[in-house]
Amino acid sequence: MTLPIASGAPGAAALPASSGAAFAASTLRLLRFLLRNPMTFAGLVVIATLLVVAAFAPWIAGHDPLQQNLAGALQAPGSVHWFGTDEYGRDVFARLVHGSRITLYIVLLVTVIVGPIGLLVGTVSGYFGGWVDSLFMRITDIFISFPSLVLALAFIAALGPGLEHAVIAIALTAWPPIARLARAETLPLRNADFVVAVKLQGASNTRIILRHIIPMCLSSVIIRLTMNMASIILTAAALGFLGLGAQAPLPEWGAMISTGRRYMLESWWLVAAPGAAIMLVSLAFNLLGDGLRDVLDPRSQS
Amino acid sequence: MSTASYAIWSTRAAAVSRRSGSVAVTLLGLLLLTFFIGRVMPLDPVLAIVGPDADASAYAQVHRELGLDKPLWAQFGIYLKDLLHGDFGMALLTGNPVITDIARVFPATLELATLAILFGVLVGLPLGVYAATHQGRAGDHVARLITLFGYSTPIFWIGMMAFLVFYAWLGWAGGVGRIGLAYDGLIPTHTGLLLIDTAWAGDWQAFRSALRHILLPAVILSFNSVAYISRMTRSFMLEQLSQEYIITARVKGLSQRRIVWGHAFGNIRVQLLTIVALAYGGLLEGAVLIETVFAWPGFGQYLTSSLLLGDMNAVMACVLLIGLIFVALNLISDALYKIFDPRTR
Repeated sequence: MTLPIASGAPGAAALPASSGAAFAASTLRLLRFLLRNPMTFAGLVVIATLLVVAAFAPWIAGHDPLQQNLAGALQAPGSVHWFGTDEYGRDVFARLVHGSRITLYIVLLVTVIVGPIGLLVGTVSGYFGGWVDSLFMRITDIFISFPSLVLALAFIAALGPGLEHAVIAIALTAWPPIARLARAETLPLRNADFVVAVKLQGASNTRIILRHIIPMCLSSVIIRLTMNMASIILTAAALGFLGLGAQAPLPEWGAMISTGRRYMLESWWLVAAPGAAIMLVSLAFNLLGDGLRDVLDPRSQS
Repeated sequence: MSTASYAIWSTRAAAVSRRSGSVAVTLLGLLLLTFFIGRVMPLDPVLAIVGPDADASAYAQVHRELGLDKPLWAQFGIYLKDLLHGDFGMALLTGNPVITDIARVFPATLELATLAILFGVLVGLPLGVYAATHQGRAGDHVARLITLFGYSTPIFWIGMMAFLVFYAWLGWAGGVGRIGLAYDGLIPTHTGLLLIDTAWAGDWQAFRSALRHILLPAVILSFNSVAYISRMTRSFMLEQLSQEYIITARVKGLSQRRIVWGHAFGNIRVQLLTIVALAYGGLLEGAVLIETVFAWPGFGQYLTSSLLLGDMNAVMACVLLIGLIFVALNLISDALYKIFDPRTR
């Protein structure tokens, strides 16, 4: 999945400035593509809505997500409480709206942790080759040998439940595919003319990796990170559901399903609403990722 | 077997064993990782055994008994030796050795996952072939939507909704657990797989009960594998259908059915086999969630309930076992590929 950006540029032409310009050009291409593909566009709209909802949560929610009202507990959806109320009489819609912040918090934090780790491990591995490469790739192999949810469970078993620990656990399981990708992107660059040229000018390995290799890998890594977001959301929700992620009274969607489960037979909305929210957002990220892959991988367009 | 084909088999076996060399390294890594998580991370294993009220001498004694005063590499050696003897420690939940517990709960998961992979293949495969042969048309888009939903749906949620609809509202499904309470514990155990055990005993009412209990969780569990298998089938098929031999076959006037199922499908069978092996491993992950939803007394539920108790012995044994199954499935699918794909000759 190599991007046809400045990679053909000879000599020292691939300075950060030019790869930045190439990045802007490919972004423009992406935008044009998005407008032509309704499913991808729908995904983008849902994600944009999620961002708006999270940003303006207190104004959109209408109710306090933590305000208890035991007299009005377990009310069915209606005009006052759109998605009903939970066992403490809290407004489910308000909790969903505020929960979008937790979902975004998890997704962004994991991505911010995983991106640099994956990039660094992958580029260092691909650039140096030899035993460094063997060692790093063996380590990623080991992490990939576990299904990610199971490995996350193992880390949480050691760390203890909680939102931050869930983020750490998911991040620890999510970096290997990024490292693999960054390595694959680095391999053809290792002996590229512009890298050799910079090396002859006396640039250190650190400088070459940071200033010349990483910018070239960045766009495909960012796309891969976007595609990973759906699975991060699902894993976080699964951890919340198992009672290992965000803890009560936080309105995390998975945790809401977990507590709503006890009242499910009479009050189905306690489970239906947060689950539908998880599905919608994860579907949106998948649609977006699917579209991005189509535009970048010509083989799948056929 | 002729000498020529023997030579082929032996080179292939050599390739597989070369690969198993790297698998051995991966296995060692798996053990190191579980050891690291289980022993080195902040949870105090001594405190978990003696409790917070123990005095210093009791604490020191247990500390010594666990070998925690030895250097880390020696501890890892002890860990390895115990594992090779099948000793995963004792489970807090049941008081049994962990290995006994796992042997007891594993058949339930095996039965569930096997039925799920059957659904996955029976639905995913035709769906993928249909999407490939109707590329770009409505059927392809519907198939794409189905796979997208399969990837995007939180499986525990769809499991609960299905339980609500098919059990609580419609009364079609059998409810939680593996079999109706009336039969629980009365079926003589031969294989641990209830569908086979009930049939073995000739108790068809119990068989019906077990079937009614397993169908819903198995169908839900298969969602991810349906998505995965249909998507891979589609892309494999598309790759074949664009080959020149397909054009030749069309020119010769073969029927669409002969071309698709006789020619193209025949060439992707090996690839599909490896995909199914990987999907089967992926089901273990879903089983952790689905078993919790349906109170299915299997491996996944054992893992999560041990986790909530903070029972590290049981948790790490389960995690290690899942890692081993994953590596084994990878190895098997690799070996299948090398043995059966004529293009590697």
